[in-house]
Amino acid sequence: MEIFWYIIIAIVLAVFFVLDGYDFGAGIIHLFFAKNENDKEVITKSAGLFWDSNEVWLVVAGGMLFMAFPTFYASVFSGFYLPLIIVLWLIIFRAIGLEFRSQFKYQMWKDIWDKSFGVSSLLLALFFGIALGNIVRGVNLGGVKDGVSVYEGHYFFLPLWDSSFSPLSKTPGVIDWFTLIIGLISVVTLTIHGANWVILKTNSSINNKLKNIIFKLNIVLTVLTIFSLIVWQIVNPNSLDNFMNNPYLLLFPVIYLAGLFGLFFIKKIKKDIYSFVLSSLLIVGGITSSLASLFPVLLPSINKVNVPLTIYNTSASEYGLSVALNWGIIGFILLFVYMIIQKRLMGGKIDKMDYGH
Amino acid sequence: MEDMLFYDRLQFAFTITFHYIFPQLTMGLSLLIVFFKWKYLRNNIEKYNNTAKFFMKIFAINFTMGVVTGIPLEFQFGTNWAKFSELTGSIIGQTLAMEGMFSFFLESSFLALFIFGEKLMGQKLHFLTGFLVFLGSWASGWFILATNAWMQHPVGYEILENGKFVLNNFGALFTNPWLLPAFLHNQLASVVTSSFVVASIGAFYILRNKQTEYGKLFLKTGVVFGLISSVLLAFPTGDWNAKNVAKYQPAAFAAMEGIFETEEAGAEIVLIGQPNMVEKKLDNKIAVPNILSFLTYQEWDKQIPGMDQFKKEELPDNVPALYYSYHIMVGLGTIFIAVMALALFFLWRKKLYSSKALLWTIMFLVPFPYIANITGWYTAELGRQPYLVYGLLKTSEGISPTVSSGNTLFTLLGFVALYMLLGLLFLVLVGKTINEGPKPQTH
Repeated sequence: MEIFWYIIIAIVLAVFFVLDGYDFGAGIIHLFFAKNENDKEVITKSAGLFWDSNEVWLVVAGGMLFMAFPTFYASVFSGFYLPLIIVLWLIIFRAIGLEFRSQFKYQMWKDIWDKSFGVSSLLLALFFGIALGNIVRGVNLGGVKDGVSVYEGHYFFLPLWDSSFSPLSKTPGVIDWFTLIIGLISVVTLTIHGANWVILKTNSSINNKLKNIIFKLNIVLTVLTIFSLIVWQIVNPNSLDNFMNNPYLLLFPVIYLAGLFGLFFIKKIKKDIYSFVLSSLLIVGGITSSLASLFPVLLPSINKVNVPLTIYNTSASEYGLSVALNWGIIGFILLFVYMIIQKRLMGGKIDKMDYGH
Repeated sequence: MEDMLFYDRLQFAFTITFHYIFPQLTMGLSLLIVFFKWKYLRNNIEKYNNTAKFFMKIFAINFTMGVVTGIPLEFQFGTNWAKFSELTGSIIGQTLAMEGMFSFFLESSFLALFIFGEKLMGQKLHFLTGFLVFLGSWASGWFILATNAWMQHPVGYEILENGKFVLNNFGALFTNPWLLPAFLHNQLASVVTSSFVVASIGAFYILRNKQTEYGKLFLKTGVVFGLISSVLLAFPTGDWNAKNVAKYQPAAFAAMEGIFETEEAGAEIVLIGQPNMVEKKLDNKIAVPNILSFLTYQEWDKQIPGMDQFKKEELPDNVPALYYSYHIMVGLGTIFIAVMALALFFLWRKKLYSSKALLWTIMFLVPFPYIANITGWYTAELGRQPYLVYGLLKTSEGISPTVSSGNTLFTLLGFVALYMLLGLLFLVLVGKTINEGPKPQTH
């Protein structure tokens, strides 16, 4: 049952990053590449119409984590206190940027909220990558000092950074050179994804230019991926064990590589939806590969005193998990229905749609 | 440790108070929007559709605010109340996850369609999407109240040796005797808020003599909905909740009613008075004998335990705040009934639209339902103290062990600054929307 909920939550998270990922990406595109007012407006609209239903996936992932793995939820949310609260603030800035931009026609008003939307999208993409980096690297569980735990073994507290900025430090912070690399990968991936979304959903004047940008960013991403795989081994030497023992798990990295490889042909792909699928593969493959390499660990411990958090030592009771399965299934069926309705009514290019006056 | 508890409580109190400004309007307003849309379907008068769309704009601003200030709340269970989350997550996680699954998805999927899709789907479907938004927002209230009801009156659980609460009866979470009265009371209160908002905007339009057609419609609808909901708020739902508190949280009941000493022959009801915690009595008291016993148990001389019957550590830790919150809520509720009844009487005599004093009163009354809603919640939450899970888990045992008070203070200051900005934007945007009014836009 733990495994089952682990998979469900992984799926919900992957869907969240695919969906909200495109509007983070749209924000980054908006920040760096949108120059004329029309482009700015449609790109904002391409995110603004959807961010709210996309972010529900984050809320649901949080709720399910709370329900299924309460100890993990408690430990991680309090341990990553500062970055999480900063993420919350960024989410707020991004949302009000999207929602309030079109409320007044003054240029300065629009500029303020454009920047608010763009910069917070960029920083959020970075922070989500950094978060993944932290999960892979592990933390000093129990706050061990001189071989003794300061807290209960499943609690910890991370500063934003440790003065060494090294993942190999005994007390690494949230930001170190390794997590920054993962953060950068996240930014590049979501930028590609967002560019694909903008191409798919709008007739912006920069659509062709964006294809070039995707191509170039894909080269950057390839280099970063290779580099990160090397340092990944230094930071977490056991990361390949799961794949060695269960070769079918290699499916996940293959998904990632398929996305990466396919995107090199971006200029040849006729249907925009295919390139969007390719960047979705990048996201899904990236997240699932990282999770698969850790399984069943949820958060590694970097000291020898305390055991890592796993799906088994942080889960709720069997009864709770199985009863939640019943309503979970009903919920997902309903959700599927909503998505079909939404797709039918709001599919296609959105340039002409009404958006807030 | 004391410090940590204080700042954790302060931050949660602040963020949730600010958050609750928004959902209390959206829940009630969604009902009114569905009502206007339904009227339009029935009579096909453009005015009703424009009204529905106008309030949808106000709804949308509130909804955005509600979402962005709501996400931090879910996270704060983990960030600041980690021990509480760890110990009770397998129970309250159920209802919170269900809220996301069954209400947020519904609400957010159909809200976008309702706002942007009128031309795409025709009037009947448009009404339906509006109805689904209403359903989603009320479902959200239901799951949150189910969560809170469990904290007020825990059911369907067992406690393991390691102190963890685990669920053993899922159905009990929703048949909790605390839940239904609390839910109805809360939803009616949100209808009161939105009725006052609608009526107040109506009064404003009439007073400034612009868009008076709409002003009259808003005012009439607001007054009718406002009176019905204010009355139902007091009786039966308010009464029902008070009886629940008396039954399940007698210490909280004594404190909120301001009963310091148990009276043998029935308890008096306090109308006015200030708790004096040093001498353990009420200063400047005006009270009516035996009424409280009658209201609570329908027996004039039924004994109600006062605060002297409880140990200090069982009593709420801030009696005056609890007492004032409760009395402010009740006092305002009474005023709402009186004003709305008067307004309805004037409406019936066809004098409402021309009686300036009453219009001004209705217009300026708009902050008070908000205050009543929030003090109502303070009554529930302060009354539950010193526990998080009533009688079982102390508030001091629920905080995150690793988050220092300095960090919480830092984030609290951040939230205060950010929410001030949000509040300012909110006022500007709502003000602008009201100022423009519901006149159909000429493109």
